Amino acid sequence: MLIDTNKCVACANCVPVCPMGAIYVDPDIGRARINQDECVECGTCFRGMSQEHLNPTMVRTVRKLARLFRFRFEPEPDVCPTAAFVMNELEMPRLVRQVFSDPVVEHKSTGIKGRGTEEVKTNDVNPRVGVGEVGYTIEFGRPGVGVRFRDIQEMTIELARMGVKFEAKNPITHLMTDESTGQIRADILGEKILSAIVEIKTTLDQVEAVLGTVEEVNRRIDTVTAVGISTRCDDGGEETRLAQVLEDLGYGAERAKTNMGLGRLTNAGAA
Amino acid sequence: MTNTLHRYGKSESFRDDFILFCIPSPGKNDEGAVEKQKAFLRICARHSPVNMGNGNRGSFKPERHLDPRSHWNRDLSPDWEGVIEGVNKPGTAAAVFDSEENARACLQEVVDADLGLSVNLSTSVSGAKEVAKCCGIHRHSVEYSLGFTDPHDHLPNSQVLELATMCGHGMVSFNMARKMLDMVREGRRTPDQAVTTLARFCPCGVYNPARARRLLEEARTKAT
Ligand code: SF4
Ligand code: SF4
Repeated sequence: MLIDTNKCVACANCVPVCPMGAIYVDPDIGRARINQDECVECGTCFRGMSQEHLNPTMVRTVRKLARLFRFRFEPEPDVCPTAAFVMNELEMPRLVRQVFSDPVVEHKSTGIKGRGTEEVKTNDVNPRVGVGEVGYTIEFGRPGVGVRFRDIQEMTIELARMGVKFEAKNPITHLMTDESTGQIRADILGEKILSAIVEIKTTLDQVEAVLGTVEEVNRRIDTVTAVGISTRCDDGGEETRLAQVLEDLGYGAERAKTNMGLGRLTNAGAA
Repeated sequence: MTNTLHRYGKSESFRDDFILFCIPSPGKNDEGAVEKQKAFLRICARHSPVNMGNGNRGSFKPERHLDPRSHWNRDLSPDWEGVIEGVNKPGTAAAVFDSEENARACLQEVVDADLGLSVNLSTSVSGAKEVAKCCGIHRHSVEYSLGFTDPHDHLPNSQVLELATMCGHGMVSFNMARKMLDMVREGRRTPDQAVTTLARFCPCGVYNPARARRLLEEARTKAT
């Protein structure tokens, strides 16, 4: 992401908008700047802000006058008055930042689709996690912190040592050079992204070990994690086994995503 | 895609947060999915949603050519039709409700419509159980959120977290949530104006402006 310095009027509206805190007003040039190492190419500044197309010279003059008299204009907080953001074309390895951070942009060419898979959202038509099995989505970096691939790799190496199975269609699995060791492509290890999800599956008796490992590795890597843990309900729609394990381990699950089982195989030939 | 699992808050705090979404699976039930997603959203629109989204845009949307006069009169109304008609490929369609009754009534109509797409409800564990029971549904699968783990003390206070994490892709920054909290406290914005500002950053349309409004009202008088 770039800021067109000919257009920017240093209004600073965009500064709090950035989820990574990567935008600041540079007093030396009197324009906003992006810290490119911290920017994850999420597109929030470019797409999330509304744009006016005002004349920059006119806006700068008005702002100078207002400042002279210490007037505070109270503009809408989510507007870039001069449409100064420029979404530039990215190439690998930097492109992975956008792939994992911008939920709107699609990159068919990379073969990487979004941050995760359908998980158990489509478990009723696309069985991934069965009764007695446990699926995990281990998310890194969100909210508001971000993560580098080298930190994700710390976790995948540790999980691979435990012998867990990585979800084949998950984007992080795609980026591994060796699934058996959890190694990720070397050229992207320094890239920062807003969030990524590692997906694995185990049996119920491994829950304690997996969650313990995630917590232990998280202490070593400078980011936040969020674990989603899923299973299939029984024929009566009840789920007590995993809930009991979580309770015994002291995890209070307040929130859940529930697949209501309304999906059917409707494509010609899918049944 | 949507991402609604990890919202910060206790179970009780999700009493006005019910997200219903449908999703096709490639090769299984994605043929004709666009029309089914539109049908799903049309049903949702009849049950007083507080936001809706089609994966590309929500009902509150940033503008590419904003008229400068709108600083004095910004449009705060949701655009349901734009979301429904904007469905152009198989993907997630979502609607947010601020009451269990509305979510339940909507799900019942979705069940009757028998669209064949997978349908999920994201809310408190107990809330989802209750809604499924009332609709006579046997739940198929469940994914629990174990919340955020932050051993390096990165995360801000609970007021900011509750507001920011309602965009599951992290497009609502902590600083913007904090700014809206401050602007409401200082009387520089109404809660309605502040929540619409935040909702515009969520491209999937799963931000819950009703819950955000309640949180902002509560935060106005609460010490931080
Ligand atoms: S909002 Fe636009 S004009 Fe204002 S500081 Fe940011 S880039 Fe510059
Ligand atoms: S693209 Fe995202 S991370 Fe980069 S400057 Fe814009 S808002 Fe910040």
